[in-house]
Amino acid sequence: MPDDLNWAIGGEAGDGINSTGKIFAQALSRAGRHVFTSKDFASRIRGGYTAYKVRSSTERVESVVDRLDILIALTQRTVEENMDELHEGSVIIYDGERTMMEDFEAPEGMIGLPVPLKRLAEDAGGALMQNIVALGAACEVANFPIENLDEALEKRFGDKGESIVANNRQAARLGEEHVVEELDHDGFDYDIETTDNDYVLLNGDEAIGMGAIAAGCRFYSGYPITPATDVMEYLKGRLERYGGHVMQAEDELAAINMALGAARAGARSMTATSGPGIDLMAETFGLVATSETPLVICDVMRSGPSTGMPTKQEQGDLDMLLYGGHGEIPRFVVAPTTVSECFHKTIEAFNLAEKYQTPVYLVGDLALAVTEQTFEPEEFDMDSVEIDRGKLVDENEIDSWLNDSDQFQPHFPAADGISPRTLPGTSGGAHMTTGLEHDELGRRTEEQEVRIEQVDKRNQKVETAQEEENWDYREFGDSDADTLVLSWGSNEGAMREAIGFLDEADIDVRFLSVPYMFPRPDLTEEIEAADEVIVVECNATGQFADVVEGDTLTRVKRINKYNGVRFKADELAERITEKLDATQEVPT
Amino acid sequence: MSSDVRFTDFKSDKQPTWCPGCGDFGTMNGMMKALANTGNDPDNTFVVAGIGCSGKIGTYMHSYALHGVHGRALPVGIGVKSANPDLEVMVSGGDGDGYSIGAGHFVHAVRRNMDMTYVVMDNRIYGLTKGQFSPTSREDFETATSPEGPKQAPVNPLALALAADGSFIAQSFSSDAQRHTEIVQEAVEHDGFGFVNVYSPCVTFNDVDTYDYFRDAIVDLDETDHDSSDRDAAEAKIMDDDTEYQGVIYRDEESVPYNERHGLDENMAEIPDGAPEDATDLVREFY
Ligand SMILES: Cc1ncc(C[n+]2csc(CCOP(=O)(O)OP(=O)(O)O)c2C)c(N)n1
Ligand code: SF4
Repeated sequence: MPDDLNWAIGGEAGDGINSTGKIFAQALSRAGRHVFTSKDFASRIRGGYTAYKVRSSTERVESVVDRLDILIALTQRTVEENMDELHEGSVIIYDGERTMMEDFEAPEGMIGLPVPLKRLAEDAGGALMQNIVALGAACEVANFPIENLDEALEKRFGDKGESIVANNRQAARLGEEHVVEELDHDGFDYDIETTDNDYVLLNGDEAIGMGAIAAGCRFYSGYPITPATDVMEYLKGRLERYGGHVMQAEDELAAINMALGAARAGARSMTATSGPGIDLMAETFGLVATSETPLVICDVMRSGPSTGMPTKQEQGDLDMLLYGGHGEIPRFVVAPTTVSECFHKTIEAFNLAEKYQTPVYLVGDLALAVTEQTFEPEEFDMDSVEIDRGKLVDENEIDSWLNDSDQFQPHFPAADGISPRTLPGTSGGAHMTTGLEHDELGRRTEEQEVRIEQVDKRNQKVETAQEEENWDYREFGDSDADTLVLSWGSNEGAMREAIGFLDEADIDVRFLSVPYMFPRPDLTEEIEAADEVIVVECNATGQFADVVEGDTLTRVKRINKYNGVRFKADELAERITEKLDATQEVPT
Repeated sequence: MSSDVRFTDFKSDKQPTWCPGCGDFGTMNGMMKALANTGNDPDNTFVVAGIGCSGKIGTYMHSYALHGVHGRALPVGIGVKSANPDLEVMVSGGDGDGYSIGAGHFVHAVRRNMDMTYVVMDNRIYGLTKGQFSPTSREDFETATSPEGPKQAPVNPLALALAADGSFIAQSFSSDAQRHTEIVQEAVEHDGFGFVNVYSPCVTFNDVDTYDYFRDAIVDLDETDHDSSDRDAAEAKIMDDDTEYQGVIYRDEESVPYNERHGLDENMAEIPDGAPEDATDLVREFY
């Protein structure tokens, strides 16, 4: 059996699937194994199929694969939904005493383990612990020392009291013992390794929240929306510890305007939402840019348009982020590609916002946001965090930015496009700003020369940034390969693993994962050096592919997925192979 | 804050483009006087304005100021005050701005009770877009978009504020300079959300709710036995459709503003050079 273990628990929403899955993931991570989790969830609170999947290995894991070794099925539907991923020898743990599962028979070639989850949970102190009984059984199947569960249970239930923790430990052991004593367990021989490594386990939304605090964010306002809500829930209570505040606004219009207000008062400030919220924020987005307010606006994309599929993956907002809003709006669009990059790019987003006094879109996608992954804690190195507040002018320097009438010039058309900035409270710095076109003092104007000067000044910031910052890509695979694959956002992980699968089939690829959507790296040279260029993204029309074609004046091939599910590594390898075969088959 | 501030220090050198006689002149003068009288100066004051003739106020005043998008001035003010509670925050806009496109924010700002002042220049018409009916227009008020009147009940902003548990609800008339200034001043001094609806006539598009009309109709609460701490009495005044009242209608003496309830007392502009000292604790939580 491979060391790679693919485990899942599935049932109905409301069955405690998420917390059970998380406990198992944490237990594996604490036992020094790498973990990558994914969630299938429906947009409802009770009912509807839900699953939490954990892939684990001693090697680093970057994506999901089409394979399931152990499945805890609380409902029959769970088995049906995962049929494609189950294989010969897969173990299915279920409660044969439950009416809805009593007629269940494991499909041909698979091993069904009927464990009386509810009854054993009651023996341990309460039916609620039935999932924990199943976890204990799974530990035995995987030959994973059950002690590893203990700390995870402590973490989950510690604040409910020691007796609850003890009951849960007992429940897990009853599950384990039942497999040992009552069931024939010769059919499976998993023996997963543990190591001494200490990993941290977190998802993209949490990494964004942590990055925001590290970067000195002090004010967050947001309106709940899947899959961005976790950012707000992470920050609530934590931001306050550092002197900040999380405000749940009445809607997204309020959220972005509050964040704008806090930013003008000098706080590093952020809001996060998903596509529908970005639509609502669009008008104020223009105001943020014209008033030259530093603001980080995070869009955690989900499937659209309209309310679309709120709990499903998509990368469909790129056009809106690049071009959305009336008039022409200078902006930065930064799109982290992994969970740890969510942390680093968030910090970068705050620095960019303040250095250039410009709104920054920080773009995540659902797959990145809800996926938990293990990392070495050093990847979140707090000591290396640098804060750049840009051209912040205090009382001592203010004289050089006043005009002849001692008025401060917040929109002074400096050559690099970046004006000085005073925060309210700075004496002598009082000024106004407005979304109306304005002069260097912030006063409304329709004078043609001033209009041109201010538009050019704002756009100049992008050019300055293009020169001063490093808008690079991340490179993987074989840099001399004829096939070039490009992607953005969460596809990086699956694509990195796909390189391995392709390698086994003797296909070399060069893979560039692009974390900057605007400004972005110029890929002309890379594209010209390749015979085949394929752009991979989770949308129907290929928005990033369009951008690449426009930038490089070269036609690219597209691999798109828009059924609401992220790419899997093996699937991606297959689709790339197909694309290449199709190319070769073109008749001459 | 300096003690020798005069209200003219809050004046910018930009000449207002309001029509001669517009009520907004008086409204603005009262706001500037109220700020100066309460010991503020332009460098510690933040004025947020909405869109409309009324919203131009930020341009004509001198202070830290932001002229935002239509209807969203209140959330901006809330953000400013949260981030730096030392600032005196004053938000201003029109009846269209505040009670139509921004009505949602109005109700939530009232119940949030942030320590700031909201002055609405209520001319019962859309001025800047040249004379359409507004949410406070009378049911039979004829305009280009309501040739036979809007045929819908006007919004009663004071009632909205009371229903949302407003802690300071007042009304004034822009041409009664002294009373208007006093009332705004009380709103500034109030610990919480100080809301003042100001009758600020539009001399160009509204020939019904005119200076003469208000002058005749207004009853000053100071000349009655109204007790502004009595919520029931306030409700009776607010629901009385036949009289235009001027004065502080309701004041909750026990009001504790949002910023105080949430312990917002630091200036959030001050952040360390790198990550906070104990930031590695944040990473450790994920073990
Ligand atoms: C989103 C949006 N919709 C419409 C407008 C056009 N608009 C500008 S001012 C205004 C009405 C202003 O009325 P009010 O708030 O009563 O202010 P007044 O001009 O009467 O002082 C409207 C509808 C706009 N600027 N933005
Ligand atoms: S149109 Fe009316 S509200 Fe606008 S400036 Fe003229 S008088 Fe004032």
